[in-house]
Amino acid sequence: MADAVHTPSTPTPEPGPAPAGAEGAPRARRPGAGRPPLRHRLGDYWYAWAMIAPVVAVITVIIGWPLVRGVYLSLTDADESNVERRIGVNTIEATYEFVGLENYKDILTDNTFWDRLGWTVLWTVACVGITFCIGLGLANMLNRAFRGRTLYRMALILPWAIPAFVSIFAWRMLFNERNGILNGMLEKGGIEGIAWLSDPTWAKIAVIGVNVWLGVPFMLIAMLGALQSIPAEQYEAAEMDGANPWQRFRNITLPGVRPVAMTVVLLSTIWTFNMFPVIFLLTRGGPAGSTDILVTEAYRLAFIASPRDFASSAAWGVLILLLLVLFAIAYRRALRRQGEVW
Amino acid sequence: MATDTTRVDGSEPLPVPGPARPAGGGRDAGRPRRVRRRGERGPLASFGLHATLLVAAVIAVFPPLWLLVTSFKPKSETFSLSLIADFTTDNYDHVINNTAFLTWFGNSVLIVAITTVIGVLISSTTGYALSRFRFPGMRSLMWTLLITQMFPMAVLIVPLYNLMARYGLLNQPVALIVTYLTIAVPFCAWMMKGFFDTIPISIDESGRVDGLNPFGTFWRLIMPLARPGLAVTGFYTFVTAWAEVAYATAFMTGEDNLTLAGGLQTFVNQHTQDWHLMTAAAVLIAVPATLVFGYAQRHLQSGLTAGATKS
Repeated sequence: MADAVHTPSTPTPEPGPAPAGAEGAPRARRPGAGRPPLRHRLGDYWYAWAMIAPVVAVITVIIGWPLVRGVYLSLTDADESNVERRIGVNTIEATYEFVGLENYKDILTDNTFWDRLGWTVLWTVACVGITFCIGLGLANMLNRAFRGRTLYRMALILPWAIPAFVSIFAWRMLFNERNGILNGMLEKGGIEGIAWLSDPTWAKIAVIGVNVWLGVPFMLIAMLGALQSIPAEQYEAAEMDGANPWQRFRNITLPGVRPVAMTVVLLSTIWTFNMFPVIFLLTRGGPAGSTDILVTEAYRLAFIASPRDFASSAAWGVLILLLLVLFAIAYRRALRRQGEVW
Repeated sequence: MATDTTRVDGSEPLPVPGPARPAGGGRDAGRPRRVRRRGERGPLASFGLHATLLVAAVIAVFPPLWLLVTSFKPKSETFSLSLIADFTTDNYDHVINNTAFLTWFGNSVLIVAITTVIGVLISSTTGYALSRFRFPGMRSLMWTLLITQMFPMAVLIVPLYNLMARYGLLNQPVALIVTYLTIAVPFCAWMMKGFFDTIPISIDESGRVDGLNPFGTFWRLIMPLARPGLAVTGFYTFVTAWAEVAYATAFMTGEDNLTLAGGLQTFVNQHTQDWHLMTAAAVLIAVPATLVFGYAQRHLQSGLTAGATKS
């Protein structure tokens, strides 16, 4: 997969996502168009390959190879005590053994995995759904002229400007049970404080809330760009025809932002599914693992649990990857059915 | 707070440009007789718009703002609900002079700078090749780039950790630079391709006619035009490297090798609860990032959509 670049697939002359103008009247020195003499084609290939070489190297060496190793590790019984390691100047040889699909069997027959998977799906759907709605709603409001628009926009994208882990620590302060400001306010209002991060349900609400807070700016900016690319004439025409605001939103805005929305939702889903820092820094997966998503669980097994269980962690990782690949394939199918070419 | 955010959009009908939308139930509430021009908002709609945006803006700004406020309070006041009573910079003093903060800062800057330069360079050449040439393996490369975006760190972190351990690279900046390239490069190459697609191919052609080879065309003509794209990808790489937690926590262990993401965790954990120092360190970490963001954000909007839409 990593050296896919060397698989001699036939050059595709079909109009894919090519720059406008790559097709058309063939001209002598136009790269890639029509069928220039072979010499030019080879010349162009050479340039193209030279340009992509560094990235191919990066992908092969530091993604492909570790991936293969990771899959291999997941089929062994590697843990802290039997991997190759150094003590001073002595290197102790690795002694872990191949155990086949043992790890996978253990994971899939254990309830932990299914609990975590359920929560991960819920977490992803909730975060992406809420973020998308808020982002689109706010983008709609900002997509018009009024006083203070720039100021609002600046304020709204602030959560994006600040490194996520800093914001998460800020939220931890606010959520602090005994003397955090949220409970302080509640108690001032005569309501009992909430165990934000130590009650399983509230902890789940808290992590989703923080992740939405972190994710809205990106969604907002992407949607704002999409909205601004919709020609104003369409709205005017619709208004002439007597469409009410809701109809205009349904029939012009939504189709207009679709291409961007599709991309952004796909990306957000993948990012959220793998969102490590929010959970790791806010609750450490607690209380009692109830907010652990698949990724943090895999991390915990390899780096926090004692002894470190590398093999199981790698197996979790492979399972996560399989889930994501299945999701991407399904997503692509859905796009295809609706006539988008990918 | 979290429930608040959901309320903001939950009960608000999505506003659309045009005549007044009923704000909060009262249909036709106080509609003046005067017929409004198209696109003009009624007072109620205006109020609803500003109220919603104001609530959203306050929610967005409050946590970082409170961090800033708290960082100037003395330790005893850290969790008081009041604004600054007695202003002090002791926390900053302590963080800068008595902790390894500056070392962490240096580590982060070094890692981020190298990652960003290498990442932007190699991803832009790839983006250019994908945008301008048809060559065998192009489609598979595009798919590979997209798929690597989906690699959870969980798949790579264990094998990478073991490899780094074997070659004695743990606790070295190189370990993180290499790792961050894996995250940033595929995404950036994809984004850059989107940017180059928006630059007319006739520019390349004129360069070629004037005798530049593709490298020259790319370097002298297209790169200067793609500045917004470079800003976006550079920014993305910067953010990735500046704020990455998982690898930084796993690969860097010695106090002097931590990055900022690792260092900030040392203030508040199972053993220590130095919230007052955490706030000061957090502000010192956030300020440079925010400045970089402010510089890049002018390009962000056009950049994001250019990269996202397929022309």
